[in-house]
Amino acid sequence: MDPDTWIAIISIVTAGLTIAIGSIGPAIAEGRAASQALQSLAQQPDASDTITRTLFVSLAMIESTAIYCFVVSMILIFANPFTTLVAQTGGG
Amino acid sequence: MEISPDAWILYEWRGWQLNATVVFTWGVMAILVLGSWAVTARLSEGETVSRWQVMLEVIVGRIRDQIDDMGSGDPERYLPFIGTLFLFIASANILTIVPCYQPPTGSLSTTAALAICVLIAVPVFSIGQRGLAGYLKTYVRPTPLMLPFNIVSEASRTLALAIRLYGNVMSGTVIVGILISIAPFFFPILLQLLGLLTGLIQAYIFAILAMVYIASASRDRASEQDNQTQAPNNQGD
Repeated sequence: MDPDTWIAIISIVTAGLTIAIGSIGPAIAEGRAASQALQSLAQQPDASDTITRTLFVSLAMIESTAIYCFVVSMILIFANPFTTLVAQTGGG
Repeated sequence: MEISPDAWILYEWRGWQLNATVVFTWGVMAILVLGSWAVTARLSEGETVSRWQVMLEVIVGRIRDQIDDMGSGDPERYLPFIGTLFLFIASANILTIVPCYQPPTGSLSTTAALAICVLIAVPVFSIGQRGLAGYLKTYVRPTPLMLPFNIVSEASRTLALAIRLYGNVMSGTVIVGILISIAPFFFPILLQLLGLLTGLIQAYIFAILAMVYIASASRDRASEQDNQTQAPNNQGD
């Protein structure tokens, strides 16, 4: 097979692995953060303002890890720099 | 499929390309500037207040309260910068309900520009509050051993700020695009609603994080003053 096909295969497989493995950690972390926040909300309803704000900020911070994986997989699929590299150098 | 509005060229004149990111950024800026100008030109302190003025008062008041909650002294100091960041990102994301509109925050160049604004604003506010020596001292805190880590964290948090906003907005656009091709009409709308929520939360996160970075670089003097004079920490401003 020519290098272009190999790059396509490896990119697609890697993009899938990236988003699959990369979303495990954030998913667990977001679940833990949400359950802890619910617990504290049940214990201290008065502090709901602070808890909710902190929860949103921390959820976004946790989620950004998954978003980085998503961006990398999108780059691999739609804007892969190596396919153009092969096209320029004449396909190895 | 386009994953960035950068590639959508709307107008071309003698090699000058005007892409969708720039045009929609100007659109959002125009809406914000003209809208607030139209409202503030007719401010009143009487008994009857126009509903637009009430809206602006609520927005500005809430932003000021939020900045005040971070506990970094006078909120008026940071209100213009943080408020502009929040309002620009929020309105850029909310306008996705308008057809044919692509959020300029879905382009890495816009978010990188916003993150660089934060990168510059941190030393500007910090030097204004603590002086140049005081700002440079934050790099060797708690020990000079931490100097390289502090510098790396400065760069990496700017990158994270840009990629976070870009990834969230772009993922909304891309997922709607994918869903339209496999399950049209119903699910894309749900995802677009989720995208509106995410866009607002990301605007909030961006502003709050910018405020956290600025506060962490300019807070120490305020707390020192607290310890020395037992006075409220806004006397040095």
